[in-house]
Amino acid sequence: MKEILQVQGLTKTFRLSARQQRLERTGEKVRRAVDGLRFSAYEGEIFGLLGPNGAGKTTTLRMLSTLIRPDSGDALIDGASVVRQPEQVRSRIGFLTSELKLEECFTPDYLFDFFSDLHGVDRQRREQRKEELFTRFGIDRYAQVKAASLSTGMKQKVSLVVSIVHDPDIIIFDEPTNGLDVLTAKVVTDFLRQLRDQGKTIVVSTHIFSLIEKICDRVGVIINGRMVLCDALDRVTAGESLEDRFFEIYRETAGDGV
Amino acid sequence: MKSGILTIMKKELARFFGDKRTVAGVLLPGVLIYVLYSFMGTAMGSVFGVAEDASIQAVRLPQSIAAAADSAGMALTEGSEADLPAAKALVTEQELDLLVVFPEAFDQAVADYNVASGEPAPLVEVYYNSVSTTSQSAYMTFTGLLDSYESLLANKFDVNAGEGGYDLATAEDSTGAFFAMMMPMLLMIFLYSGCSAVAPESIAGEKERGTIATMLVTPIRRSDIAVGKILALAVITVLSGASSALGTILALPKLMGGAAGEMDAAIYGIREYLLLAAVILSTVLLLVTLVALLSAFARTVKEAQSYAVPLMILVMVLGITGMFGGGASQNLAMYAIPLYNSVQCIVGIFSFSVLGSGVAVTAAVNGAATLLGVFILTRMFNSEKIIFGR
Ligand SMILES: Nc1ncnc2c1ncn2[C@@H]1O[C@H](COP(=O)(O)OP(=O)(O)OP(=O)(O)O)[C@@H](O)[C@H]1O
Ligand SMILES: [Mg+2]
Repeated sequence: MKEILQVQGLTKTFRLSARQQRLERTGEKVRRAVDGLRFSAYEGEIFGLLGPNGAGKTTTLRMLSTLIRPDSGDALIDGASVVRQPEQVRSRIGFLTSELKLEECFTPDYLFDFFSDLHGVDRQRREQRKEELFTRFGIDRYAQVKAASLSTGMKQKVSLVVSIVHDPDIIIFDEPTNGLDVLTAKVVTDFLRQLRDQGKTIVVSTHIFSLIEKICDRVGVIINGRMVLCDALDRVTAGESLEDRFFEIYRETAGDGV
Repeated sequence: MKSGILTIMKKELARFFGDKRTVAGVLLPGVLIYVLYSFMGTAMGSVFGVAEDASIQAVRLPQSIAAAADSAGMALTEGSEADLPAAKALVTEQELDLLVVFPEAFDQAVADYNVASGEPAPLVEVYYNSVSTTSQSAYMTFTGLLDSYESLLANKFDVNAGEGGYDLATAEDSTGAFFAMMMPMLLMIFLYSGCSAVAPESIAGEKERGTIATMLVTPIRRSDIAVGKILALAVITVLSGASSALGTILALPKLMGGAAGEMDAAIYGIREYLLLAAVILSTVLLLVTLVALLSAFARTVKEAQSYAVPLMILVMVLGITGMFGGGASQNLAMYAIPLYNSVQCIVGIFSFSVLGSGVAVTAAVNGAATLLGVFILTRMFNSEKIIFGR
């Protein structure tokens, strides 16, 4: 299988502002959020990045989507370097998080067109994809309703749809089901599975064990910015529940306190 | 990719025009200015106008004054000496506006009076109530009337007694002087308030709500985002500035009452308007860029708005400098100072003393400053500290 995503020693250190030091009651001036991270994802799989709060998942995914630059290391996305070819990377990925918001004054229809323009999708292909995606997610009925009046679930579906207007081969999704009710979460996870079955590669981050167990083919466990384990899901769990395995691993790496 | 700029511009304008409240917020000031100035004009007219509605009582009203008051449109009632204390009480209670007491046989006494004699002159007493504006203005009008009657009696020489036409300034010059005094400050404030009403929302707002990151993961160039936003904001600012300026120009004659009877913005020709357009355009671009930079720096819309306040004060002060200093600067070096140069150009254009090379330097300097600003804004959109800083 093709190694479509190669993460090669990504490292990111943040300088903590005085404000942040105060808020987090810490004396540290810098924080290494991601530390020499290495892993690969293969074409047509769902790769799960599992880690507790503050492990560095969001930071990692932001580096993969070129929103922030690594201090050192690199990642190749379908051969394009996030450091040296950010434009190419941007046109090959769809990036989505529960924090990436939509402008509430626009309708799904307008937003779809807007993001298609940003991605340079031509009119005909745009209309075709819009039709297809809006129908699949039940957005068609709300196509002309301002995002502000949509339910949280519908908003999340619209976000998902507009982040893949350009039909990317790689989809990066930070906390895909955060803040969604079970029904909407199921729509999202079902869609991710469908995308995988179409041969797309999907990287998701989460701290929810069940999400990983439900949809991921392989999993990387990230603690304190380091990848402590990365393998096929069934090999990681080895018959146990993922939760039990995680705490074992956590105790081994982070020491006590669990 | 030019279409990137266009895409961003279209979206910004769609957002602006899609929300009736923001449209109203930006265009309404013009209407408000018109209503307010017109109202102020009417109110001021009533303060300084003839006290036609004032109730005036005169005791021993002489023929001469009665005639003068009549021709000034003042209606007087006659009172008797015996009622004097009661009439004074009425003034205190604001029931009566003015009480005038003439001496016995006023006309005769005045005619007989010899200034050289050293004797006290005939005394007219005018009672009023300073708390009531009607009384106050009746007092001013009536004593004015008495003063002019007095100088008429002792007529040793006349000043400007003819039918007018003594002010040799052309209508053009006086309009020019007036607009040159008012417009720099007003225009600067209008333009600034226009852009500070929309730029923080468009830039700090997108940061605050996280929508800018959604855009940044697409292949669009950061410079396209910066340029597209600034152009769209400039369009909106020009619209709002035009609305305010139109309101002002329509209302000014009303505000100035009769004094501006011949005042008319039509004295300005196509040259003035073209120069003004160039100056305003370069000024708007620079102002929008400055507020955009502040907004990109701010974490929230509120923060951006508070950063915009000192700049507002600076712009106002610059505008005020245009009211003094007697016309536009003829020193070309002055036009190298951004924004100050705009004020100088506006003064010059409205007073017909504009320095053509000054306008050129202004457009060039403000344009260059805008480009520098766009460059910095692009860098800021690229900076993870600015976009994701905590
Ligand atoms: N822009 C930033 N400035 C300073 N520190 C940051 C910044 N972004 C992240 N951090 C810090 O880096 C560490 C990793 O954060 P990150 O958001 O990547 O964690 P996460 O795994 O996504 O956690 P969560 O489950 O809470 O989303 C945290 O300690 C966080 O405080
Ligand atoms: Mg996170």
